[in-house]
Amino acid sequence: MDMEFIRNIQGWGYVSMIFIITIGLYAYIYHLYKSQRDGVKDYEKYSNMALNDEIDDTLVEAKDPQNDAKDNKER
Amino acid sequence: MQSSNAINYDYTVAKYFTISAIVLGIVGMSVGVLIAFQLAFPELNNLFGEYGTFGRLRPIHTDGVAFGFTVSGIFATWFYVGQRVLKVSMAESKFLMFIGKLQFWLYIIGVAVAVVSLALGYTTSKEYAEFEWPVDIAIVVVWVLWGVSIFGLIGIRREKVLYISVWYYIATFLGVAMLYVFNNMEVPTYFVSGMGNWFHSVSMYAGSNDAMVQWWYGHNAVAFVFTVPIIAMIYYFLPKESGQPVFSYKLSLLSFWGLMFVYLWAGGHHLLYSTVPDWVQTMASIFSIILILPSWGSAINMLLTMKGEWGQLKENPLVKFYVLASTFYMLSTLEGPIQAIKSVNALAHFTDWIPGHVHDGTLGWVGFMIIGAIFHMAPRMFKKEIYSKKLVEAQFWLQTTGIVMYFTSMWISGITQGMMWRATDQYGNLAYSFIDTVEVLHPYWTLRAVGGSFYLIGVFMWAYNIYKTATSSKAIEKEPQYATPMA
Repeated sequence: MDMEFIRNIQGWGYVSMIFIITIGLYAYIYHLYKSQRDGVKDYEKYSNMALNDEIDDTLVEAKDPQNDAKDNKER
Repeated sequence: MQSSNAINYDYTVAKYFTISAIVLGIVGMSVGVLIAFQLAFPELNNLFGEYGTFGRLRPIHTDGVAFGFTVSGIFATWFYVGQRVLKVSMAESKFLMFIGKLQFWLYIIGVAVAVVSLALGYTTSKEYAEFEWPVDIAIVVVWVLWGVSIFGLIGIRREKVLYISVWYYIATFLGVAMLYVFNNMEVPTYFVSGMGNWFHSVSMYAGSNDAMVQWWYGHNAVAFVFTVPIIAMIYYFLPKESGQPVFSYKLSLLSFWGLMFVYLWAGGHHLLYSTVPDWVQTMASIFSIILILPSWGSAINMLLTMKGEWGQLKENPLVKFYVLASTFYMLSTLEGPIQAIKSVNALAHFTDWIPGHVHDGTLGWVGFMIIGAIFHMAPRMFKKEIYSKKLVEAQFWLQTTGIVMYFTSMWISGITQGMMWRATDQYGNLAYSFIDTVEVLHPYWTLRAVGGSFYLIGVFMWAYNIYKTATSSKAIEKEPQYATPMA
């Protein structure tokens, strides 16, 4: 494999990667805003994790809903 | 996992790292002020023989504030914020508590060995990566232990979703791990060839490859020590202190991925006009400019979080610290890309403008966030109100004045320096000799040292206020939900 070939691979690999990752990032932005608009997921509610962060505050989204329902009841 | 009934957050490890942040902040910044005066008054190099020279002290300053003060602040805030946003206590896992304490004590031993070895002149001569291989191994162990703490706490969390700050702490862990290991790949000369001391090593890379790896590391140390974890802090402490939810949670997510995507490519801007390939330089320059977008995405998100609540800026000195930190973040993330433009860099490189840029970021953004974060945590950790609000206010204004003196003097001296270095007369000869520039720049170097002293005095005020808060301030019965109580 000569250097010219390696440099070509590097160049094309680099350009394609930038292209793919850029598309991915924009797709992610679109996905975030579309999910919020269509009511699939409310991302903004996660801000409350910082505001209501006492250990006995109500969970924003429980990791283990069954255990935590019991947990919340005990609290 | 046991029931959370009667469980409280356990801040033991957070308290340990708070103390080390304060102590190492004082050490690192005192050395910084001394070497700033040495630059203006070179006879100060002779104070402590070979141990007091600029060359010995400079790495103690840079590594002391980066890996001592800042990293302690990162650990302290993680062991505080991590528990709270995951809604799980360190007290629920004896294993994680042991790992946290072990991490602290190994860290302290590592710091002590690092400081002594640098003072004795043992260095690999790679900027911000000066430690010899035994210290590197200790650092890797400490870092892995921190990883165990992060993923251990995440594993036993109650909240399903990871708050944005936790994303940034994870990125800090992964980013620094990758950078540190690859840049510190080194050959211990004694064990390979029988030459030199047993602890001595040379880089595994050579020539311009070494330079590229070094600045890929060096710049991303700025990214993953001075930026990413500090964003983690502001996304928690500003909303919490002000009682305002983050302006846009979605913007925080996409700024995160934007920052991760762009930052790692920008390191080559430290090597413009050097012997590295031209495409590396151009790429670094372009990515540095694109970096404005995700950086400002986070900073604007923080400023907009205060929308309609700007009155708090008058009442609450901690909000002042956070908002000014965010503003300095915007300033330095605009200034950096400007310096990375090739034609600007031709003037700016090697001048005082560069340390000017570094310090408006580190003093204004990093320092203010860590100071403000510890002020927020102290009353919750010690169950006492802040000892003196007046002292916090005085500290804020003194340090702000110090930062402004520092970066304005460096802007003026840096640009003057760059202009003088490349000025030519009508025949194309250099118009000025090196000593001509020294004479012109001397007043600005003195101003810088005075500005740095103001900031250092502020750090002593902070240390005193936290000490008095912990020992003799008024107790608080119930933890405040938002604004920090102050006497």
